[in-house]
Amino acid sequence: MAIFQSSAAEITIFRSSVGRKIIMAVTGVMLMAFVCVHLLGNSTVFFGAGAINAYAEHLHSLGPLVWVFRLAMLGLFAVHIIFGIQLTLENSAATPEKNVQIKRLRTGFAAQTMIVSGLVLLAFVVYHLLHFTVQVPGMGVYEFNEATHMTNVFIMVASGFKQVFTVLLYVVGMIFLALHLSHGFQSFFQTLGLNNDRSLPLFGAISKVFGVVILFGYISIPLLIIFGLVK
Amino acid sequence: MKLTLHVWRQNGPDEEGRLETYDAPAVSPDQSFLEMLDDINEVLVTEGKDTIAFDHDCREGICGMCSQVIDGVPHGGMDRTTVCQLHMRVFNDGDEVFIEPWKAKAFPIVKDLVVDRGALDTIIQAGGYTSCHTGGVADGNALPIGNPTAEYAMDAAECIGCGACVASCPNSSAMLFTGAKVAQLAVLPQGEVEAKRRVNMMLEAGKELGLGNCTNHYECQASCPKGVDVKFIAKLNREYIKALL
Ligand code: FES
Repeated sequence: MAIFQSSAAEITIFRSSVGRKIIMAVTGVMLMAFVCVHLLGNSTVFFGAGAINAYAEHLHSLGPLVWVFRLAMLGLFAVHIIFGIQLTLENSAATPEKNVQIKRLRTGFAAQTMIVSGLVLLAFVVYHLLHFTVQVPGMGVYEFNEATHMTNVFIMVASGFKQVFTVLLYVVGMIFLALHLSHGFQSFFQTLGLNNDRSLPLFGAISKVFGVVILFGYISIPLLIIFGLVK
Repeated sequence: MKLTLHVWRQNGPDEEGRLETYDAPAVSPDQSFLEMLDDINEVLVTEGKDTIAFDHDCREGICGMCSQVIDGVPHGGMDRTTVCQLHMRVFNDGDEVFIEPWKAKAFPIVKDLVVDRGALDTIIQAGGYTSCHTGGVADGNALPIGNPTAEYAMDAAECIGCGACVASCPNSSAMLFTGAKVAQLAVLPQGEVEAKRRVNMMLEAGKELGLGNCTNHYECQASCPKGVDVKFIAKLNREYIKALL
């Protein structure tokens, strides 16, 4: 039997199993909040070129605040990913040999593939940033507007989503996002202990609905554009 | 009825294990799962072969010794049923049954289906007790504890320490076991005193023992023979946050 030796002083939130779980939950919920706000911002595209360009200009006019926000997002993302990978590695090390027969009774596909959906999302975010934020020449149509000192966002988005392959990439990316969030949302409540035995199934159901809403919210943009319903 | 059993055989912790096939030609539906294995072992004894080692003690679902993964589920997946209380009537003639041990890094295999669950004792030793002096034997009702609180603590105390939560967890996490003890003691006046130290020390013990981290699969509750609820893990998390602040 192992002899237990750690002193309380060595135990920190960054080491503790539950501590890191809470870090995952808190960074996760902030990222989810961003996903919601980003979707609301994006939906200005449905009101035409004027609306989304005005929204983009408004964000642009915030100046250095944009960079503060971007750095904060980068920090949240990095923490969520690093701890996510670390915990996953520890978890697979805790079960070096698996049973020949394994039958799961309650967990689901989304919960069992968090690391996969998470890493796919990381790749997707890199692609998405290169496409719409960094605006790598050749990846899209970037028309510079002299008056606003900005790229015409509507043209950039609308031309991008006229290509089947690009639309496909975005749809697949959003399916992984929906999977990730459908487990993550309810997990947040359990991890922070904000639920009880009666509300747990309810949060589980809301979580799935949340995933679906985010999925359809986001994919409606490329789909409506490629089918010519947004002009 | 006739069954074909595929049983995990392994001579020791560092030996190579494998599934071996046994015929169970005359299984009575009234037998318990362990009685069925006793029959197989009796035949093995008469044949001069090595019997299948498995853990058991009370055979009435209260001690937590029996521990077998049956067809991929710890305790066989019958609601609130230990292996010893699982009866053969739930199987059908001709079934192939897979019998395997708990598998986790923290539970090394001793032999065949027997694993060393000392890790759970170590977690309890790290803080699953109260050490405050309470004086002489007090009058039965001197310490008023409300009925809902008493019931809550009793629900948590239903854990028999079998380790099915670890065995069923995709991450081999012992959070249900740990959470049940933390929650049981945290709500009672005797346990509240050391709640902060307890949660930290018990979690740290789990980490040092190589048990995994909970990612909210809730498989533990589904396979728990006592139906211990994952609300106790949420309570553990709350207790951790309280200790942190
Ligand atoms: S042998 Fe005691 S609980 Fe099964």
